[in-house]
Amino acid sequence: MNSAIESLLSQLAPELETLSLVIEIGGVPVRVNTSDSEFLRILGNRYAGFIRASERVEIEFDVEIVQPGSADPDADVQVTQRAGRWRLTRGDFQAEWEPSSGRGWVRQSANPYSIDSVLRIVHTLVLARRNGFLLHSASAIRNGKAFLFAGVSGAGKTTISRLAPADVTLLTDEISYISRRGDGYIAFGTPFAGELAKVGENVSAPIEALYLLAQGPENRMEAVPSGEAVRSLLANILFFAEEEDFVRDAFHAAFDFVSRIPVLRLTFVPDSRVWELIG
Amino acid sequence: MSRLYVARDPRVAARSLDGEMMIMSGRDSTLFTLNKTATILWQSADGTTPLDEIVDRKICTDFEVERSVALHDAEALARDLAAHEILQVSDHPIPAQTSGEAR
Repeated sequence: MNSAIESLLSQLAPELETLSLVIEIGGVPVRVNTSDSEFLRILGNRYAGFIRASERVEIEFDVEIVQPGSADPDADVQVTQRAGRWRLTRGDFQAEWEPSSGRGWVRQSANPYSIDSVLRIVHTLVLARRNGFLLHSASAIRNGKAFLFAGVSGAGKTTISRLAPADVTLLTDEISYISRRGDGYIAFGTPFAGELAKVGENVSAPIEALYLLAQGPENRMEAVPSGEAVRSLLANILFFAEEEDFVRDAFHAAFDFVSRIPVLRLTFVPDSRVWELIG
Repeated sequence: MSRLYVARDPRVAARSLDGEMMIMSGRDSTLFTLNKTATILWQSADGTTPLDEIVDRKICTDFEVERSVALHDAEALARDLAAHEILQVSDHPIPAQTSGEAR
């Protein structure tokens, strides 16, 4: 090879490398490749704390940045599978992902919200095959144990996260990452933030309990019957794929979780005393 | 009068926890909780045992109910569960499938 070209390539190489980063959530490294340096900077800020230098990745996306359209980002997402490839579409993005190779592509404008949705969907698909799930809940670590706080919008996920004392590590105030590990479950921190608009810590711990939140006149904790626990859990599990086998995976994952992890109803007054009951 | 056969629909997922049988439709993710009679019917729905035999062996023995009433109610229940695509109902035995995945 011509030495002048070699020299040029060696100068370009570091620059090319910077147009790629690895976002690791739940121990699953995802490489995002893009030719848009501004988009890469946006991702670097958005997922700070979850960026890894890892060479080994399970999933890799090539992101093509296009001009913003007039599509509605709140439109329903479509997740379908055909010939071993998942196709994800919403007003603001299109994506495909092939689980067997781990490779996929995303077409979107230079914003962090579209790729964030793609990542959430892909992680639900990955977790479904591993008896885990993303849960619409806050989660936190105290004394080496993880606690989940689920409930409908307004039940208190953000409130209980905001009230957490200094010795509590917040994993998320919105979307918890639940992975099966041996006979138990691990909760991982996620960058998927809710009203608190604060990215969770990128740490993990064995799950000790799931609390179903309700706000009331006094702090109270009570066991939840198994059937109700399963129904509540299923109502809060995120799954986008409508394929029958994925629906069944979610169903069985909920039962397995409830048979191993205590599920309690936590009624609380919205002040810091509620944390005296936890951990 | 023809006999009725019932089989678990292969597209559903079913689990029992603390004596409560729950079933999720794979078609539309609807979750059903079965009562005791429906649970007996679900567990006995092997596609080859006629419904009247299930009533005789499993329902009339467990509940104080006249056979004709039990059979009428069981058929109505089976057709209702079939409408929700939880059970399959036929005038003929239903070939075995990997039906009603349960763990």
